Amino acid sequence: MKAIVTVLGKDKVGIIADVAMIMKGHGVNICDISQTLMQEYFTMIMLVDLTACKLDFTELQALLAEQGKTIGVDIRVQHQDLFDSMHRI
Amino acid sequence: MINTRDILETIKMVDDQNLDVRTITLSLSLLDCADSDGKKAERKVYDKVMLRAGNLVKVGERLSAELGIPIVNKRVSVTPVSLVGAPSGNYVGLAKILDKAAEEIGIDFLGGYSALVHKSMTEFEKDFLATIPEAISETKKICSSVCVASTRSGINMDAVALMGKIIKDLAHRTADNGALGCAKFVVFANAVEDNPFMAGAFTGLGEGEATVNVGVSGPGVVAAALKKCKGADLTTVADVIKKTAFKITRAGQLVGEKAASLLGAKFGIVDLSLAPTPAIGDSVAEILEIMGLSSVGGHGTTAALALLNDAVKKGGVMASGMVGGLSGAFIPVSEDAGMIKAVREGKLSLSKLEAMTAVCSVGLDMIAVPGDTSAQTISAIIADECAIGVVNNKTTAVRIIPVPGMTVGDEVSFGGLLGSAPVMPVSDVDSSEFIERGGIIPAPLHSLKN
Repeated sequence: MKAIVTVLGKDKVGIIADVAMIMKGHGVNICDISQTLMQEYFTMIMLVDLTACKLDFTELQALLAEQGKTIGVDIRVQHQDLFDSMHRI
Repeated sequence: MINTRDILETIKMVDDQNLDVRTITLSLSLLDCADSDGKKAERKVYDKVMLRAGNLVKVGERLSAELGIPIVNKRVSVTPVSLVGAPSGNYVGLAKILDKAAEEIGIDFLGGYSALVHKSMTEFEKDFLATIPEAISETKKICSSVCVASTRSGINMDAVALMGKIIKDLAHRTADNGALGCAKFVVFANAVEDNPFMAGAFTGLGEGEATVNVGVSGPGVVAAALKKCKGADLTTVADVIKKTAFKITRAGQLVGEKAASLLGAKFGIVDLSLAPTPAIGDSVAEILEIMGLSSVGGHGTTAALALLNDAVKKGGVMASGMVGGLSGAFIPVSEDAGMIKAVREGKLSLSKLEAMTAVCSVGLDMIAVPGDTSAQTISAIIADECAIGVVNNKTTAVRIIPVPGMTVGDEVSFGGLLGSAPVMPVSDVDSSEFIERGGIIPAPLHSLKN
């Protein structure tokens, strides 16, 4: 299953590295990544593949949110379908 | 990959602009549960609702988490109980067993304690209508509706006269809760069979076994989009609303398809609705004010609402395979912070609301009136709404609350999504002779379309 991960938080050194390590820990494969700074806020969007992830989707959501807090960012994962539906005809 | 701006836009809509799917409503046929033995009918109804809708809340919560969009309400609508209960006459027993099932499933409302009497009433329907005050006041989650008029058949004024009495009785029986019973009872002209919204949802006879109908929402999203085009002309305003409605509806379509598949049901329709909540920033009134009215209720309100209602439909139709239900902008007073404010300030009157119902999705909704308003006056208000619906070929409805012991200036609070309503003045003109005549107001000439 493909999903969209969004990472929002105050910019600091090493966010991408930290988030990538968390993803690796759960068997989440990063397919595409885009990142920008909006004012001082770090905004990263990743397209990920969950085929190798052993966790249930809601468990993964809870774990990512929790681990995001430890590095000071908001991590959320959502099914890709909502974005596809709303922005593509 | 989808572009960053689109993804952030969706997230912002959910986080800051109250975008949600208002309801997924499982529409169930109970026709096979009719039985001349009242207890057997109760068992059949209970078993069927538990079997088909038992997982509804779980499915809703799972979809909401996966997709990242709130699904506010999970609900069930059923075949009119006036029909299912007719062989046994055990109408109230069925209401109570449905209430029990609703409680166990964990849904907030179950609709379908309903009757369709828009042309005439059978004896068993008369018996059924007489049970509405008891059934609604003695259950928590059951919603009731009665269709008393249609463009094809005219207005059944005998039924209209009865509705005023039922509403007064309901108000009296639920007086301790601010006449909450009246918030769960709605009178329709041109009722629709696939409406997912309460209190008027029921499963029509043309519907299938189990169908998921979805009601979308999102006044806050439309308001946010319009704030960005200050000074633009109204053609542009309509265009912005259409584009926004498209996106909102797509979310509803997606949720409906997934929910239907998980529940083993058919996907029915998306109801293209802007349904407000009492939350700040989730108001239809606010949209009209952003268009340039200093308050909803002033001159220009009807025109602004007509534009909004039309643009919502045009944007939504493109986004969904099947559109139905009530589709349009809702204008419930107690459930919309902007409407409440305008009534409190004396800027929105019942007459203006009546005019607005000619161009909105439904009708006079969640309006509190003084407790001493007579049954005949309430029936006369219903008759006016029916006339607007019948002549304009649209659904209209009345959900009115004569709050016992309250008068103009007081305010009744229901809490939650039902919000709070300032008591509005009604005309003191006596219409009782007109109402007591009974009979049928014949269907308009344009009903003869064949």
